[in-house]
Amino acid sequence: MKKSGSSTTIVKKFSALVVDDDLVIQRIHKMYLNRFGFETQVVGNGKEAVDLYRSGAFFHLVLMDMEMPVMDGPKATRELRGMGVNSMIVGVTSQDGDSEKQAFMGAGLDDCYMKPLTADTITSLLQQLNMKYR
Amino acid sequence: MLHENICEKGFLDEQFVQLEELQDDDPNFVEEIATLFYRDSSRLISNIEQALEKSPLDFSKLDNYMHQLKGSTTSIGARRVKNECTQFTDYCNAGNGEGCKRTFQQLKKEHSTLKKKLEAYFQLARQIGPVETACRPK
Repeated sequence: MKKSGSSTTIVKKFSALVVDDDLVIQRIHKMYLNRFGFETQVVGNGKEAVDLYRSGAFFHLVLMDMEMPVMDGPKATRELRGMGVNSMIVGVTSQDGDSEKQAFMGAGLDDCYMKPLTADTITSLLQQLNMKYR
Repeated sequence: MLHENICEKGFLDEQFVQLEELQDDDPNFVEEIATLFYRDSSRLISNIEQALEKSPLDFSKLDNYMHQLKGSTTSIGARRVKNECTQFTDYCNAGNGEGCKRTFQQLKKEHSTLKKKLEAYFQLARQIGPVETACRPK
Protein backbone atom coordinates (compact mmCIF):
# COMPACT_ATOMS: atom_id res chain seq x y z
CA MET A 1 0.00 0.00 0.00
CA LYS A 2 1.26 3.46 -0.76
CA LYS A 3 1.11 6.19 1.79
CA SER A 4 0.75 9.71 0.55
CA GLY A 5 1.15 12.96 2.42
CA SER A 6 1.26 12.78 6.21
CA SER A 7 1.54 9.57 8.17
CA THR A 8 -2.10 9.92 9.24
CA THR A 9 -3.38 9.56 5.67
CA ILE A 10 -5.84 6.72 5.70
CA VAL A 11 -5.10 4.03 3.17
CA LYS A 12 -7.74 1.64 4.48
CA LYS A 13 -11.24 2.18 5.78
CA PHE A 14 -11.20 1.05 9.40
CA SER A 15 -14.28 0.14 11.40
CA ALA A 16 -14.77 1.15 15.01
CA LEU A 17 -17.14 0.23 17.80
CA VAL A 18 -17.87 2.67 20.63
CA VAL A 19 -18.99 0.82 23.76
CA ASP A 20 -20.25 3.36 26.33
CA ASP A 21 -23.45 4.06 28.25
CA ASP A 22 -22.80 7.83 28.35
CA LEU A 23 -24.67 9.51 25.48
CA VAL A 24 -22.34 12.51 25.48
CA ILE A 25 -19.25 10.32 25.19
CA GLN A 26 -20.94 8.19 22.51
CA ARG A 27 -21.58 11.29 20.43
CA ILE A 28 -18.15 12.82 20.95
CA HIS A 29 -16.21 9.65 20.22
CA LYS A 30 -18.33 8.85 17.17
CA MET A 31 -17.69 12.36 15.85
CA TYR A 32 -13.94 12.06 16.35
CA LEU A 33 -13.78 8.62 14.75
CA ASN A 34 -15.88 9.64 11.75
CA ARG A 35 -13.67 12.71 11.33
CA PHE A 36 -10.68 10.41 11.06
CA GLY A 37 -12.37 8.24 8.46
CA PHE A 38 -13.66 5.36 10.57
CA GLU A 39 -16.98 3.67 9.96
CA THR A 40 -18.38 3.80 13.46
CA GLN A 41 -21.04 1.88 15.31
CA VAL A 42 -22.20 2.62 18.86
CA VAL A 43 -23.57 0.35 21.60
CA GLY A 44 -24.53 1.12 25.20
CA ASN A 45 -22.94 -1.70 27.19
CA GLY A 46 -20.49 -4.59 27.07
CA LYS A 47 -23.11 -7.26 26.41
CA GLU A 48 -24.24 -5.52 23.23
CA ALA A 49 -20.63 -5.45 22.06
CA VAL A 50 -20.15 -9.16 22.75
CA ASP A 51 -23.47 -9.98 21.04
CA LEU A 52 -22.36 -8.06 17.95
CA TYR A 53 -19.18 -10.08 17.69
CA ARG A 54 -21.08 -13.33 18.31
CA SER A 55 -23.36 -12.44 15.41
CA GLY A 56 -20.31 -12.25 13.15
CA ALA A 57 -19.47 -8.54 13.23
CA PHE A 58 -15.86 -7.39 13.31
CA PHE A 59 -14.34 -4.02 14.18
CA HIS A 60 -10.71 -3.00 13.78
CA LEU A 61 -10.96 -0.77 16.86
CA VAL A 62 -13.13 -1.04 19.97
CA LEU A 63 -13.35 1.87 22.42
CA MET A 64 -14.47 0.16 25.62
CA ASP A 65 -15.80 2.16 28.57
CA MET A 66 -14.94 0.72 31.97
CA GLU A 67 -18.17 1.22 33.92
CA MET A 68 -21.40 0.24 32.20
CA PRO A 69 -24.64 -1.43 33.24
CA VAL A 70 -25.51 -5.04 32.24
CA MET A 71 -21.87 -5.92 31.42
CA ASP A 72 -18.91 -3.68 32.25
CA GLY A 73 -15.76 -3.07 30.22
CA PRO A 74 -13.42 -5.53 31.93
CA LYS A 75 -15.94 -8.40 31.67
CA ALA A 76 -16.76 -7.63 28.03
CA THR A 77 -13.04 -7.43 27.19
CA ARG A 78 -12.37 -10.81 28.83
CA GLU A 79 -15.28 -12.34 26.91
CA LEU A 80 -14.10 -10.95 23.58
CA ARG A 81 -10.51 -12.14 24.12
CA GLY A 82 -11.89 -15.50 25.22
CA MET A 83 -13.71 -15.72 21.90
CA GLY A 84 -10.40 -15.17 20.11
CA VAL A 85 -11.15 -11.57 19.10
CA ASN A 86 -7.90 -9.82 18.15
CA SER A 87 -9.33 -6.37 17.43
CA MET A 88 -7.51 -3.43 18.99
CA ILE A 89 -9.46 -2.91 22.20
CA VAL A 90 -8.76 0.38 23.92
CA GLY A 91 -10.13 1.09 27.37
CA VAL A 92 -11.69 4.45 28.15
CA THR A 93 -12.09 5.40 31.77
CA SER A 94 -12.97 8.37 33.93
CA GLN A 95 -11.12 6.85 36.86
CA ASP A 96 -7.84 8.51 37.80
CA GLY A 97 -6.42 5.64 39.81
CA ASP A 98 -3.58 3.46 38.50
CA SER A 99 -5.00 0.34 40.12
CA GLU A 100 -8.29 0.61 38.23
CA LYS A 101 -6.40 1.15 34.99
CA GLN A 102 -4.08 -1.80 35.70
CA ALA A 103 -7.04 -4.08 36.44
CA PHE A 104 -8.75 -3.03 33.23
CA MET A 105 -5.54 -3.58 31.22
CA GLY A 106 -5.31 -7.03 32.80
CA ALA A 107 -8.63 -7.94 31.19
CA GLY A 108 -6.94 -7.88 27.77
CA LEU A 109 -6.81 -4.28 26.59
CA ASP A 110 -4.22 -3.03 24.13
CA ASP A 111 -4.19 0.35 25.88
CA CYS A 112 -6.23 2.55 28.19
CA TYR A 113 -6.96 6.28 28.16
CA MET A 114 -8.87 8.83 30.18
CA LYS A 115 -12.12 9.95 28.64
CA PRO A 116 -12.94 11.80 26.55
CA LEU A 117 -10.32 10.90 23.97
CA THR A 118 -8.54 13.68 22.12
CA ALA A 119 -7.67 14.13 18.46
CA ASP A 120 -4.03 13.30 19.25
CA THR A 121 -5.02 9.97 20.80
CA ILE A 122 -7.19 9.01 17.83
CA THR A 123 -4.31 9.94 15.51
CA SER A 124 -2.00 7.67 17.48
CA LEU A 125 -4.53 4.80 17.38
CA LEU A 126 -4.91 5.24 13.65
CA GLN A 127 -1.14 5.02 13.18
CA GLN A 128 -1.09 1.82 15.23
CA LEU A 129 -3.92 0.37 13.13
CA ASN A 130 -2.10 1.26 9.91
CA MET A 131 0.92 -0.66 11.23
CA LYS A 132 -1.16 -3.62 12.40
CA TYR A 133 -3.08 -4.01 9.15
CA ARG A 134 -0.25 -3.11 6.74
CA MET B 1 -17.25 39.68 24.68
CA LEU B 2 -19.49 36.72 25.39
CA HIS B 3 -16.89 34.35 23.95
CA GLU B 4 -14.12 35.70 26.15
CA ASN B 5 -16.37 35.69 29.20
CA ILE B 6 -17.41 32.09 28.90
CA CYS B 7 -13.86 30.71 28.72
CA GLU B 8 -11.59 33.19 30.40
CA LYS B 9 -13.74 33.21 33.52
CA GLY B 10 -13.16 29.47 33.77
CA PHE B 11 -16.65 28.24 32.98
CA LEU B 12 -15.32 26.05 30.18
CA ASP B 13 -11.91 24.54 29.62
CA GLU B 14 -9.75 23.05 26.87
CA GLN B 15 -12.19 20.17 26.32
CA PHE B 16 -14.80 22.63 25.00
CA VAL B 17 -12.18 23.97 22.57
CA GLN B 18 -11.61 20.42 21.30
CA LEU B 19 -15.34 20.00 20.72
CA GLU B 20 -15.53 23.27 18.82
CA GLU B 21 -12.70 22.12 16.59
CA LEU B 22 -14.86 19.16 15.56
CA GLN B 23 -17.68 21.53 14.68
CA ASP B 24 -16.51 22.03 11.09
CA ASP B 25 -18.13 18.80 9.99
CA ASP B 26 -21.43 19.48 11.70
CA PRO B 27 -22.42 23.03 12.68
CA ASN B 28 -24.89 21.80 15.30
CA PHE B 29 -22.45 19.42 16.98
CA VAL B 30 -21.48 21.48 20.02
CA GLU B 31 -25.05 22.55 20.68
CA GLU B 32 -26.16 18.93 20.42
CA ILE B 33 -23.49 17.87 22.91
CA ALA B 34 -24.55 20.68 25.27
CA THR B 35 -28.20 19.58 25.02
CA LEU B 36 -27.28 15.97 25.77
CA PHE B 37 -25.13 17.13 28.67
CA TYR B 38 -27.94 19.17 30.23
CA ARG B 39 -30.45 16.38 29.85
CA ASP B 40 -28.09 13.89 31.47
CA SER B 41 -26.76 16.17 34.19
CA SER B 42 -30.23 17.48 35.16
CA ARG B 43 -31.37 13.91 35.72
CA LEU B 44 -28.34 13.18 37.89
CA ILE B 45 -28.74 16.41 39.86
CA SER B 46 -32.36 15.49 40.54
CA ASN B 47 -31.28 12.02 41.75
CA ILE B 48 -28.65 13.55 44.03
CA GLU B 49 -31.17 16.05 45.41
CA GLN B 50 -33.53 13.22 46.35
CA ALA B 51 -30.71 11.18 47.84
CA LEU B 52 -29.60 14.16 49.98
CA GLU B 53 -33.07 14.36 51.51
CA LYS B 54 -32.84 10.86 52.91
CA SER B 55 -31.61 10.11 56.39
CA PRO B 56 -29.13 8.64 57.00
CA LEU B 57 -27.29 9.62 53.84
CA ASP B 58 -26.21 6.82 51.53
CA PHE B 59 -22.70 8.10 50.71
CA SER B 60 -22.01 5.21 48.37
CA LYS B 61 -25.04 6.05 46.23
CA LEU B 62 -24.18 9.76 46.32
CA ASP B 63 -20.63 8.99 45.26
CA ASN B 64 -21.90 6.87 42.39
CA TYR B 65 -24.20 9.60 41.08
CA MET B 66 -21.47 12.22 41.44
CA HIS B 67 -19.01 10.02 39.57
CA GLN B 68 -21.41 9.90 36.62
CA LEU B 69 -21.99 13.65 36.81
CA LYS B 70 -18.27 14.33 36.91
CA GLY B 71 -17.84 12.19 33.81
CA SER B 72 -20.39 14.30 31.94
CA THR B 73 -18.91 17.60 33.04
CA THR B 74 -15.44 16.48 31.94
CA SER B 75 -16.81 15.55 28.52
CA ILE B 76 -18.10 19.04 27.81
CA GLY B 77 -15.32 20.90 29.61
CA ALA B 78 -17.53 22.42 32.32
CA ARG B 79 -14.63 23.29 34.60
CA ARG B 80 -16.41 25.08 37.43
CA VAL B 81 -19.13 22.45 37.71
CA LYS B 82 -16.46 19.74 37.65
CA ASN B 83 -14.58 21.43 40.49
CA GLU B 84 -17.73 21.32 42.62
CA CYS B 85 -18.13 17.63 41.75
CA THR B 86 -14.60 16.97 42.98
CA GLN B 87 -15.29 18.88 46.21
CA PHE B 88 -18.53 16.95 46.73
CA THR B 89 -16.71 13.63 46.24
CA ASP B 90 -14.13 14.64 48.86
CA TYR B 91 -16.90 15.39 51.38
CA CYS B 92 -18.61 12.13 50.46
CA ASN B 93 -15.46 10.12 51.08
CA ALA B 94 -15.11 11.87 54.44
CA GLY B 95 -18.74 11.10 55.32
CA ASN B 96 -19.41 14.83 55.71
CA GLY B 97 -23.11 15.26 54.97
CA GLU B 98 -23.22 19.00 55.66
CA GLY B 99 -20.25 19.55 53.37
CA CYS B 100 -22.00 17.56 50.64
CA LYS B 101 -25.19 19.61 50.97
CA ARG B 102 -23.32 22.94 50.92
CA THR B 103 -21.25 21.96 47.90
CA PHE B 104 -24.32 20.66 46.11
CA GLN B 105 -26.01 24.07 46.38
CA GLN B 106 -22.94 25.67 44.83
CA LEU B 107 -22.85 23.00 42.13
CA LYS B 108 -26.45 23.70 41.16
CA LYS B 109 -25.66 27.41 40.91
CA GLU B 110 -22.66 26.81 38.64
CA HIS B 111 -24.68 24.35 36.54
CA SER B 112 -27.47 26.88 36.09
CA THR B 113 -25.09 29.78 35.33
CA LEU B 114 -23.27 27.77 32.68
CA LYS B 115 -26.55 26.76 31.08
CA LYS B 116 -27.58 30.42 30.70
CA LYS B 117 -24.19 31.33 29.25
CA LEU B 118 -24.27 28.45 26.78
CA GLU B 119 -27.82 29.27 25.72
CA ALA B 120 -26.80 32.87 25.06
CA TYR B 121 -23.69 31.70 23.19
CA PHE B 122 -25.64 29.33 20.92
CA GLN B 123 -28.30 31.96 20.26
CA LEU B 124 -25.61 34.40 19.23
CA ALA B 125 -23.90 31.77 17.09
CA ARG B 126 -27.17 31.07 15.28
CA GLN B 127 -27.72 34.76 14.60
CA ILE B 128 -24.32 35.64 13.28
CA GLY B 129 -23.31 32.39 11.59
CA PRO B 130 -19.90 30.69 11.67
CA VAL B 131 -17.41 32.91 13.50
CA GLU B 132 -14.36 32.31 15.65
CA THR B 133 -15.29 29.96 18.42
CA ALA B 134 -15.80 30.72 22.08
CA CYS B 135 -12.44 29.70 23.44
CA ARG B 136 -9.99 29.34 20.61
CA PRO B 137 -7.23 31.97 20.96
CA LYS B 138 -6.33 34.09 17.91
